[in-house]
Amino acid sequence: MSFSVTEPNKGTKWFAGVLVVGYALVTIAPLLWIIATGFKSPADSIAYPPKVVFEPSMEGYVNLFTERTRATDDMLEAAGEPTTWYEEIARDQGTVISGPSRYGERFLNSVIIGFGSTALCMILGTAAAYAFSRFRVPLKDDLLFFILSTRMMPPIAVAIPIFLMFRNLGLNDTHLGMILLYTGVNLSLSVWLLKGFIDEIPIEYEEAALIDGYTRFQAFYKVVLPQAATGIASTAIFCLIFAWNEYAFAVLLTSGTAQTAPPFIPTIIGVGGKDWPAVAAGATIFLVPVMVFTILLRKHLLRGITFGAVRK
Amino acid sequence: MAEVSLTGVTKCFGADTALDNVTMTIPDGSFVVLLGPTGAGKTTTLRMVSGLDNPDAGQVMIGGRDMAGLTPAQRDVAMVFQQYSLYPHMTVRDNLEFPLKSPILKTSKDQIKRKVGEIAEILQISHKLDNKATELSGGEMQRVSIGRALVRKPMVYLMDEPLSSLDAKLRADLRVELKSIQADSGATLLYVTHDQIEAMTMATHVGVLDQGRLVQFGAPREIYEDPVSIYAASRLGQPRINVLPADVFAGAPSGAAKIGLRPEQIIQGEGEESFVQRVEHLGDQTRLHLTFKSHDLITVTDAHTELKTGDIVKISPRKPFYFGADGARVA
Repeated sequence: MSFSVTEPNKGTKWFAGVLVVGYALVTIAPLLWIIATGFKSPADSIAYPPKVVFEPSMEGYVNLFTERTRATDDMLEAAGEPTTWYEEIARDQGTVISGPSRYGERFLNSVIIGFGSTALCMILGTAAAYAFSRFRVPLKDDLLFFILSTRMMPPIAVAIPIFLMFRNLGLNDTHLGMILLYTGVNLSLSVWLLKGFIDEIPIEYEEAALIDGYTRFQAFYKVVLPQAATGIASTAIFCLIFAWNEYAFAVLLTSGTAQTAPPFIPTIIGVGGKDWPAVAAGATIFLVPVMVFTILLRKHLLRGITFGAVRK
Repeated sequence: MAEVSLTGVTKCFGADTALDNVTMTIPDGSFVVLLGPTGAGKTTTLRMVSGLDNPDAGQVMIGGRDMAGLTPAQRDVAMVFQQYSLYPHMTVRDNLEFPLKSPILKTSKDQIKRKVGEIAEILQISHKLDNKATELSGGEMQRVSIGRALVRKPMVYLMDEPLSSLDAKLRADLRVELKSIQADSGATLLYVTHDQIEAMTMATHVGVLDQGRLVQFGAPREIYEDPVSIYAASRLGQPRINVLPADVFAGAPSGAAKIGLRPEQIIQGEGEESFVQRVEHLGDQTRLHLTFKSHDLITVTDAHTELKTGDIVKISPRKPFYFGADGARVA
């Protein structure tokens, strides 16, 4: 591969730099606001003009993870002195902690469904992409177009048929149902993206492995897969982000056992509709897994495809 | 090591015939070079033997066994590719160990270590063993790639222009190295190139391919001194053989349309006059570009010649080749 790149001049570099920094600020600002709101008191969180400097409080996080009941003076008396820092925070609001909230379970559901569907999507997607890339599949172009066409309308457009189908199959409000659904939605994206990445890997490597004494599957596993790692990682991030953030299907198809965090978080706000810090705390924690996943795979995203060892 | 034989091997890719009824026997322990321009079917022949492609018709035998339906792994061949030679995600050592660790060979750890060490020594890459494959220069990559074939003792080695991307010095070194490795080990080697120096210096046999057909097979000297056609004659010899109408010199046999003259078949200083167009001093030899009866020809003369452009040189043919109108040799 040969190409020439002209070094951009100083003005262009400055302009590009300003643009990137500006864009980064615009995208990061709401994120910082959410994180900050999580540590505000309910009063501060809805203060006008908005408070940038405030006294940090863990109230939002305590409210997020606990169920509380409003306590009368007698009850407070009976409960005695608070023994933990979070009980103390609840007591300050005139409530006692009656148990843990459902946030933990919902969060775990999100992890199971998000990562489960991503893993399934990668396994099926890589296998399909490899087949489309390397083998003479009958009606290949038509099949690829069909796969792409499943994304030609917003998935929610087929919400009602899916709802009925899930009800008949008993998949409503199950982890399996949600994993299958998100896998189905993401599969077209992953097949197409991964096919592109696998097409880039010269077939000569596999041929070399075949001659070196390996079977087709071993050649795929030992030679193709490591080189497709970059593509698999970036595709996995896309799939995870979709499954993780998905709201509409989650509202429609889950209510209890398999409810994910996105439909649950808005319900935290409570009857009074003023507990924004708890909502913000829920959203902040909800952001963490995708962020960690992306940072872990960052190496693969940046490394690019290994063109180094080939002579072109 | 083993004898390899192809019988009536034919392969088409769509409407293109890549190989047309190729029959040849590669004797055990021989170094066979396939010569021909791009598209002549050299690489396709290698792929037929390796099992990466299967012939539409005909039979490939290795060591007396019919290879039909066998996978590349089952055929026990080693191949050096022209491109994409190394597994980029592995170190040099891993690359060299890869064939030895295959489920078919299952070499013991000690043996792997010894073999890899040996080969690395021969190819002078010992100091690079723990580098990533991507951190090597082109020459080093190609040496590792040859090494990956040499760590094994397969029935036959297949090499597809392994030296074509290297610089001249390295190419010369590796040519000698490869030839001595092959001669010492008695390996059967099928080698594709379009470099005639590689063919002349390394081959015990040369196969000349033309548009999928094997036009001549024999020792390099045999093909040089006794070519079957203009095409075969043009494959070997530097400068190339001069082909002129047969009647420019007297004495052409009947049926001859063209006369073929290699530089040593042109006697200078007697016969008919020709005009010196250009003199190229190459150091060890000097090339003369002559115009003879309005035909151009190139020959070689003494390195310290006094001849210069505009001089007149007398030339006459000595034991020339005569070819018919279709290019086939007639005398």
